[in-house]
Amino acid sequence: MTTLDSKVPAGSIEDKWNNHKFSIRLVNPANKRKYSIIVIGSGLAGASAAATLGELGYNVKVITYHDSPRRAHSIAAQGGINAAKNYHNDGDSVYRLFYDTVKGGDYRSREANVYRLAEVSNHIIDQATAQGVPFAREYGGLLDNRSFGGAQVSRTFYARGQTGQQLLLGAYQALAKEIAKGSVEMINRSELLEVVTHEGQAAGVVVRDLITGEVTAHSAHAVVLATGGYSNVFFLSTNAMACNTTAIWRAHRKGAHFANPCYTQIHPTCIPQSDESQSKLTLMSESLRNDGRIWVPKTVGDNRPAGDILESERDYYLERIYPAFGNLVPRDVASRNAKTQVDSGHGVGPLNNGVYLDFKHAIARLGEDTIRERYGNLFEMYERITDDNPYETPMRIYPAPHYTMGGAWVDYNLMTSIPGLYAIGEANFSDHGANRLGASALMQGLADGYFVLPYTIGDYLADFLNVDPVPTDHDVFRQAITQVQDRTAKFLATKGTRSADWFHRELGKIMLAECGMERSREGLEKAIREIPHLREEFETDVKVLGTNESFNQSLERVGRVADFFELAELMCRDALDREESCGGHFRVEHQTEEGEARRNDEDFTHVSAWAWNGPNQPQTKHKEQLVFENVKLATRSYK
Amino acid sequence: MDVILSVWRQVGPDAEGEFVRYEANDIPDHASFLEMLDIVNENLNTNNEEPIAFDHDCREGICGMCGMMINGQAHGPQLGTATCQLHMRKFKDGDTIRIEPWRAEGFPVVRDLTVDRSAFDRIIEAGGYITVSTGSAPDANLIPVPKLAAEAAMDAAACIGCGACVAACPNSAAQLFTSAKVSHLNLLPQGQAERFSRVADMVDEMEKWFGACSNHGECETACPKSISIDFIALMNRDYIRSKFQQGRLAGQR
Ligand SMILES: Cc1cc2nc3c(=O)[nH]c(=O)nc-3n(C[C@H](O)[C@H](O)[C@H](O)COP(=O)(O)OP(=O)(O)OC[C@H]3O[C@@H](n4cnc5c(N)ncnc54)[C@H](O)[C@@H]3O)c2cc1C
Repeated sequence: MTTLDSKVPAGSIEDKWNNHKFSIRLVNPANKRKYSIIVIGSGLAGASAAATLGELGYNVKVITYHDSPRRAHSIAAQGGINAAKNYHNDGDSVYRLFYDTVKGGDYRSREANVYRLAEVSNHIIDQATAQGVPFAREYGGLLDNRSFGGAQVSRTFYARGQTGQQLLLGAYQALAKEIAKGSVEMINRSELLEVVTHEGQAAGVVVRDLITGEVTAHSAHAVVLATGGYSNVFFLSTNAMACNTTAIWRAHRKGAHFANPCYTQIHPTCIPQSDESQSKLTLMSESLRNDGRIWVPKTVGDNRPAGDILESERDYYLERIYPAFGNLVPRDVASRNAKTQVDSGHGVGPLNNGVYLDFKHAIARLGEDTIRERYGNLFEMYERITDDNPYETPMRIYPAPHYTMGGAWVDYNLMTSIPGLYAIGEANFSDHGANRLGASALMQGLADGYFVLPYTIGDYLADFLNVDPVPTDHDVFRQAITQVQDRTAKFLATKGTRSADWFHRELGKIMLAECGMERSREGLEKAIREIPHLREEFETDVKVLGTNESFNQSLERVGRVADFFELAELMCRDALDREESCGGHFRVEHQTEEGEARRNDEDFTHVSAWAWNGPNQPQTKHKEQLVFENVKLATRSYK
Repeated sequence: MDVILSVWRQVGPDAEGEFVRYEANDIPDHASFLEMLDIVNENLNTNNEEPIAFDHDCREGICGMCGMMINGQAHGPQLGTATCQLHMRKFKDGDTIRIEPWRAEGFPVVRDLTVDRSAFDRIIEAGGYITVSTGSAPDANLIPVPKLAAEAAMDAAACIGCGACVAACPNSAAQLFTSAKVSHLNLLPQGQAERFSRVADMVDEMEKWFGACSNHGECETACPKSISIDFIALMNRDYIRSKFQQGRLAGQR
């Protein structure tokens, strides 16, 4: 076990980022065009990074599997984005946002990164507003805010229930400006299938054109992965159908450490599953918990319609257990409590697999119009999916896999353990510890892309003035192309009996049962036995029709599922190794008498960064010790 | 429920296409339209027939990937609803459903129900942005934006870029998309500096790809976000002004 160098700069927490910016090397503006950078992904993180790098004068190439950068999964974020503006004079500050985020992450994040995130949060709001993001306004024309879980101040900026869409359009438009200018080349409908290194440094990527099947090599001085999260390892999640782990997994296999893979977030407010044919779960934004009250019937098995259940027969269990934060406890706490209620027979709905989120009191207090103005599009979406009208009957909700705090290990500069390979946005592990607070993923993606990476990447590039990137006809690229082609050919030649989706669904069931909201030694060991079996079956029995040389969506999926299999095993190993409960990682063996998470600070105040040892070999764990100089480790209490 | 599908199959951009009949049996009525297609595809795969290619991603009606003509209507029968949010309960047992890709010259077919909508990106690249480099923005509250202006901009900005407006239009015109994008920025104080160059450049680019608008109005009905054709009027007004006014004197270009 080696120790990882996080490269956190010296100095007081307030000064670290400023000092660092001053001390790292810069690239002379006239030289920037001599450097080429490949950005994979055009979500909030990728689009903002590529646009900014283009503005600075670098030669940028962006690759995405979507047909347009605007389709990246960031588009689906609903609720909002945090910033420490303190526009509402309620005592917010950079320090408080920092503190809340470290605490929300259950003291498993890197202090210096989180402080920097809080520090640049305000610039994001300025930048987005200047780009024309139509944030909600008050009558005086100034910006409005709402509250999110884990905070006692109003610091969340929003654009109706479409904040992610509007922020992504802002970043996409900035990117479009750079594409028009010629500083950024955009390659769409193309998927990274291999990361290429040369003498231990990132050299480029190998990409398959999803329409023609052509496999090509692209080289650059640095590569940035902005490829999002891996919640789809559970098959059913709130993520878009195509979200996957391939980019960071391929990087992992080339030497990038994978950090905290077991830290996944199960979001408390999603529409419960209705049956087996369901393809994904739909999130109902956390912002609803501002005005909605969560309850279940006090009596087990009470299947009367919600309206017939008297106030005295209802258990507003979050308000009861956590009087200080009530319905706005952090996500991990809200989710686990919902599971406890459903598991103990209090679940509601046709399958008894949900809890109520009720707006009756808010409508009585504020009027239906106000509620419609705040959440209209969410209510409509709910009605379209369930055929129930939430203005009249309470919503039914249940937790669903939603976000992955784990990801590629990166240092303070956002560089992975492969020099020249960076990871930003949800793809890295850096800022959220063991649990992410609502409205801080958008903040982190844009912080990384607009305000952090464009500075830190220069320090690495400075070494390569007038050094050409590795040519794409070099052996390392040729080999990588052959590997990709062989892998594709193998999938097509398997000619088994079941689709990749079928295997994906089965894998998801194992993962949700054993590595979901609650994990146990026994369950994890069982999963670690079962997953390789299912993977072998997948390898010999998967059926992919068609050819490589065509638009073949089954072929796209099979490769992603193959990578999910390997990741799933690592997630279970990591969850087994982490003998504590923290944030989204809840081990039944480690809980207080009241059923709350019990951390083990003595042994686990570290990041687990796993190093690849080859196929069918367990990874080796490296530790990054987390040092808390500012926030005192405490048991989180939201009571 | 059981339904009969008549689906457009076309292996590639230059191939001939045709309608093929499929039976979709035992579909749960709370399944979404795309989940119904998932079930059909799973069966096709089992029977060694290549699955139907269709674009989709978020399945929450926001990414704008999905979109198909369902019984001649863009995104199907439910108003203000993208294909992924349409549910089978809107159909009856025994119905025949005809499914085709968007049909427009500006959107060539990639395969089956998938089309190439990159022309929309070209329109944005022509001027659908506010030029502000990272780091140069003033404090966000320095520019108050009247609530009504912010709301109107948001109404336009809600466009998901799916292309239903073009598909629904008898002329394959992209006025609703382009006007939504123009209006989002032109309605805001931040968008004023480039207001007239923006509209001129975006409209000129649009005309390279799409047909002319004859105020038919079908686009508004087809739009899954119910974007109003009032924005087309706003765009036309700004476009005409961009042609009349002396750009330099107005502080433009
Ligand atoms: C339903 C929902 C609601 C949410 N709401 C909120 C919210 O209110 N507030 C908040 O802060 N956060 C929210 N989140 C979380 C947040 O949206 C995401 O964490 C964030 O947007 C991720 O951005 P990203 O840029 O890292 O990745 P993404 O937006 O997922 O982008 C990934 C990009 O990488 C590309 N890509 C991936 N792999 C490859 C490959 N192999 N080859 C080529 N391209 C590739 C994709 O095409 C895409 O362009 C929400 C998430 C969900 C699912």
